Amino acid sequence: MTVYIGANNIVSPLGFTTKENFGALLQGKTGVKQQYFSFSDTAFWCSKIEPKDIEQYFDVVSKGNAYTQLEKMCILSIRDVVQQSGIDFKNKENLLILSTTKGNIDVLEGAYKNIDENRAYLPVFAKAVGDYFECINTPLLVSNACISGLLAIIIGKRLIESGNYKNVIVCGADKISEFVLSGFKSFNALSEAPCKPFDKNRVGINLGEAAASIVLSAEKIGTVKLSSGSSANDANHISGPSRNGDGLFQAISNTFVDSKIKTVDFISAHGTATEFNDEMESIAFTRAGLQQALLNSIKGYYGHTLGAAGVLESIIAVQSMLSDTLICSAGFEQTGTSRELNIIKHTEKKTINSCLKTASGFGGCNAAALFEKI
Amino acid sequence: MNSIISSYCKIKNNAIWINGKELVIDAKEVDLTIFLTGLYRQINMNYPKFFKMDNLCKLGMLAAELAIRNSVGFDKLEKDKIAITLSNNASSLDTDRNHLKTIIDKIQYFPSPAIFVYTLPNIVIGEVAIKHKFAGENAFFVSEEFDAELIHNYVSILLNNNDTTAVIGGWVNVDGNEYDAFVYCAEKSNFNLDKEEYKQIHSAEAIRQLYN
Repeated sequence: MTVYIGANNIVSPLGFTTKENFGALLQGKTGVKQQYFSFSDTAFWCSKIEPKDIEQYFDVVSKGNAYTQLEKMCILSIRDVVQQSGIDFKNKENLLILSTTKGNIDVLEGAYKNIDENRAYLPVFAKAVGDYFECINTPLLVSNACISGLLAIIIGKRLIESGNYKNVIVCGADKISEFVLSGFKSFNALSEAPCKPFDKNRVGINLGEAAASIVLSAEKIGTVKLSSGSSANDANHISGPSRNGDGLFQAISNTFVDSKIKTVDFISAHGTATEFNDEMESIAFTRAGLQQALLNSIKGYYGHTLGAAGVLESIIAVQSMLSDTLICSAGFEQTGTSRELNIIKHTEKKTINSCLKTASGFGGCNAAALFEKI
Repeated sequence: MNSIISSYCKIKNNAIWINGKELVIDAKEVDLTIFLTGLYRQINMNYPKFFKMDNLCKLGMLAAELAIRNSVGFDKLEKDKIAITLSNNASSLDTDRNHLKTIIDKIQYFPSPAIFVYTLPNIVIGEVAIKHKFAGENAFFVSEEFDAELIHNYVSILLNNNDTTAVIGGWVNVDGNEYDAFVYCAEKSNFNLDKEEYKQIHSAEAIRQLYN
């Protein structure tokens, strides 16, 4: 059975629609800048949405302040996709999948006066978003570290193939919080400048926030299909990637097992810009025979958006395929991995018929998915 | 393709059930960490990494260990093809609260990577994967309550795929001192159920009955 890619949306500092976001990337704009937070004297480089922008857009959707910022981002993103696709969640054949790592964790930081602390429980967050769309099926919530978004897409495809649903909307979302910033800082994982995925001088990640939503369907609603996807665990370390890229290599290999093609025109990599992650990816791609494929990481535009990343980056990859445009891998100058990759240095037109999207995360998890034009 | 439940372990209300039989525990304990450590010692797990884990991982490791030990032939399966999919209600909130305690006071500010890494629910999957070298598929779901249909459905989908021959599935929840775990081994099967072993047909109804 073929699963098709349909309408999509990105809510980020670069815009509130996919069109605005992709347009910004074509112009080389980035959402990453120095941001000050009430809890710290020092600025952080990150890609943060102006709360007033969310309020302004959300005012049109619903009055009052019954929702957290993350819920508003999700509702805005899903609503756009619902309007484009006509998918009705009151129909049993349609499912909403939410992907997030920390959900409404800012509720426990005292970010809202009028919202109960139980909103930090992910099922309560999912219910708030699901109820807005009057979902007849309880939204499915996936929380699997930094592969959450891509894994949610793969799960959506499997649920359609197994005949459970006809249409799935996957929405990935995470918000920057003191919780997450302080944690990554304690790991010495934050870069004090714009991040530089795969570059020799990369020193760490920038965090980002976004909500991104995409339609998967059994119906032929578009010209890109999700051909296959897989996940695998390194079974090696909970916070460090495998030295030899075992898990990512296995996820990629399994993704290609039943595929007619054995290489791709383009790889949308995870590329967080930490020393060990990018090195591990270079080894896994090389082991998989993909070192010639043109590759980018778009973390230089959005930072690491955690639970949103896999969805957001898949949407940009699909837009690249539809417009036959390769997006420059922002921040990359010089090879900085032991295996040389074919990194995209300039945004340019090129026919792209196939794309491999990958992700890796804490807990040793890895995921890969193959998108193809039909 | 049909599938079977080849073993299970339930840890709930201070009692432990393995394949339908109660494991009598040495000491009844109200503090969860002490209870889990006692169980760790009683079953001779001998895995020092256990002590650095948060309670969610400790509970999941113990339940998985007991399910795997009591599944006949599980150790002979190809480890790259063993998937792990777990679910719960509270995600990692128990440890999230601990991380928040380290950042709430700007004078006594001590966020730690050793705590922060456990603020993701799928870390328990990673810990089980590392100990048993299970390198297959992963997925962590968060749902309002134990959802036998969801667990059965996704485990069945995985088992229908050539990349997976067996699955560690179930539910591992920790919220303060409240906890419950139900972890089972599922395998593809031609239904030659050996009466000497504990085995039964994998269905949502079977999962619900074993959990309750």
